[in-house]
Amino acid sequence: MTSAAPTTESVRPTSGLGNRARKARKALSNPWASTLAVVIAVIWTVPTVGLLVTSFRPELDIRTSGWWTVFGSALQGEGVFSLQNYETALFGSSTNMIDFFVNSFVVTLPAVFIPITIALLAAYGFAWIDFKGRDVLFIAVFALQIVPIQITLVPLLSAYVSLGINGTFWTIWLSHSIFALPLAIFLLHNFMKEVPRSLVEAARVDGAGHVKIFFTVMMPLLTPAIAAFGIFQFLWVWNDLLVALVMGDLRTFPLTVRIAELAGSRGGDWHVLSAGAFISMVVPVIVFLALQRYFVRGMLAGAVKG
Amino acid sequence: MRIQKFGGRRRAIALAGVASTALVLGACADTNDGSGGDGGNAEAFEIDCSAYDEFGDLDGTTVNLYTTIVEPESESQQASYKPFEDCTGVTVAYEGSREMEAQLPVRVQAGNPPDIAILPQPGLLNTLVTEYDAVLPAPSQVEANVDEFWSEDWKAYGTVDGTFYAAPLGSNVKSFVWYSPSMFADAGYEIPQTWDDLLALTATIAEGNEGAARPWCAGVESGDATGWPATDWIEDAVLRSAGPDVYDQWYTHEIPFNDPQIIDAFDMVDEILRNPDYVNGGLGGVDSIATASWTDAGYPILTGDCWMHRAANFYATQWPEGTEVGPDGDVYAFYLPALSTDEKPTLVAGEFIAAFTDRPEVQAFQTYLSSSDWANAKAVATPNGGWVSANNGLDLDNLASDFDKLSGEILADPATIARFDGSDLMPAAVGTDSFWSGMTEWFASGESTQKVVDGIEKSWP
Repeated sequence: MTSAAPTTESVRPTSGLGNRARKARKALSNPWASTLAVVIAVIWTVPTVGLLVTSFRPELDIRTSGWWTVFGSALQGEGVFSLQNYETALFGSSTNMIDFFVNSFVVTLPAVFIPITIALLAAYGFAWIDFKGRDVLFIAVFALQIVPIQITLVPLLSAYVSLGINGTFWTIWLSHSIFALPLAIFLLHNFMKEVPRSLVEAARVDGAGHVKIFFTVMMPLLTPAIAAFGIFQFLWVWNDLLVALVMGDLRTFPLTVRIAELAGSRGGDWHVLSAGAFISMVVPVIVFLALQRYFVRGMLAGAVKG
Repeated sequence: MRIQKFGGRRRAIALAGVASTALVLGACADTNDGSGGDGGNAEAFEIDCSAYDEFGDLDGTTVNLYTTIVEPESESQQASYKPFEDCTGVTVAYEGSREMEAQLPVRVQAGNPPDIAILPQPGLLNTLVTEYDAVLPAPSQVEANVDEFWSEDWKAYGTVDGTFYAAPLGSNVKSFVWYSPSMFADAGYEIPQTWDDLLALTATIAEGNEGAARPWCAGVESGDATGWPATDWIEDAVLRSAGPDVYDQWYTHEIPFNDPQIIDAFDMVDEILRNPDYVNGGLGGVDSIATASWTDAGYPILTGDCWMHRAANFYATQWPEGTEVGPDGDVYAFYLPALSTDEKPTLVAGEFIAAFTDRPEVQAFQTYLSSSDWANAKAVATPNGGWVSANNGLDLDNLASDFDKLSGEILADPATIARFDGSDLMPAAVGTDSFWSGMTEWFASGESTQKVVDGIEKSWP
């Protein structure tokens, strides 16, 4: 990424992109770089593998020995795996895990859709409509990313209580949208800026207004960017515990809240957490694998321009 | 969701009479429960419904309850509310969260408190009353119940600045030592009756140390609460070496934390827990106490690597599945002996009921929870044991296990001098912070006692 050509001029983005791709390809095909990448990948994956192995071990084994010992025991033909943790996590409760799965989807989908919709419109405005105070406003939106969400929790919740929407899904959707918008607007704005000015001008000469340009010129070009941010936001919301816990209530709690409770009142059942983590991970992994090429491309392209 | 279904159904059949309601609800619970667990037969316990007549017609109302008690313990909690729900038609919406202690102040500040919260320690009550002015004083019926069924001490823990707010609910007995009855029997060891006996037994066992085996095992790791099991050790030692009066002066800071009497108590613990010949059975050296998880620290007893593990009565539910807890089972516990046999200082803890609203159904439910009816219903609803209360209206025969009965007997014994877990009563900066971290340091890096107590004293606000 650091080797990318400094494309300060948005007039020649195509050559910039091509140049960058060439350099990237060259840098990445270096055997040393490849080895390093593999080593890093292995190191980063080990804890997850450990968690996966742990999730299939019986309770007493988890508590008394490390996950790596299974390989030795397995070679000696001992039965070292069990599905007990998954059974406990999925069915060991009076409330059905499915309810929480459904809640997770109900929470996540609008919490992805709402900020993307608003951010697209805002980003177009910031990128292609000249109006007074545009830069100041854009910097202000950008700067909002600095606000840590923790300090907004109590004021936001009081606002929801006085609005009377507390205890509904709206509180969670709105909160996630609020927290997502600064980054979403910034990223999508950078994408839109990269669209060649000549394209937009050509459309304008042909008589297209802002609405027409937005839908017929911008949207098709922005699909990777939208997908990239969509995955980003999806993972964030799906894995969120803080907002769900603070803003939600019994009827809106998603999977993460249930997983957090798996450890039991005094934390004694922590061995079930590994299984819970993998149950919760299934959906994000599918989403990520399905859309990962957009993820990488989108993140790179959006991040290079300031 | 299940709770709301009950509400709807209940209204429809309210006229059919209490008995049939209970039947239908019982059937519902059976079909909905799935795995069952350890709740469900509280219908068997009958209470006198007329106690709640004075609150008027409550049918169809809902009380929101917020608590730290999550599954599986929550099942028997909810089952214990059924007699009340059947009597009054009130629905109790139960919300358990492990993050409750952090979340409750947030909800209170945002103007969105639950109706009732089960507070796991008096310190939280103190914070809620003094900082947020959010808790309502207990209604007269609750106070009458508490005067009748609980001792003065327990009532005092639910009182802040002379106003009585929170009735005690369940109780925990912390002064227990877990051991394996068969190991003791095979080796011919007796249950020690005094502290000196305990030390003598420890020394005897240590002589026969083989490999990783040691007389004691301990572990204080507990996530962001790491250190708390060690504070219980110290508190038990203060109660024994210095007595309950000094104990009271200690947690109220009438004497400093580094008072010589407190240092004596540290030395008592030091003699056992920081002696490499005595610890840490099956887990490592002295420093492994700091890193061993408190939930698993007693497990070496099961493998024979450890002989004794001091832990509260609720450790009974921490043993791995299939472990039999009983005088003839795999593990059992004895009372952590005092200096002499004629005193019985006991470290206890418990939960408290705080109300944030005063609707009639909320007060009726508060009254129920503070009654002996609830205590007995809870005992009956907990067939697997692991629960006890210092409510003197509790019939010990209703308790499920021998071990719970032992806990109940200790609580009911007039010779018992019960003192509440001191770290729960100290200011948060000490009780849930420097005391914990100080104890962890004490084990992890072998810090001198003087330095640790000085550090904790300095942090006292």
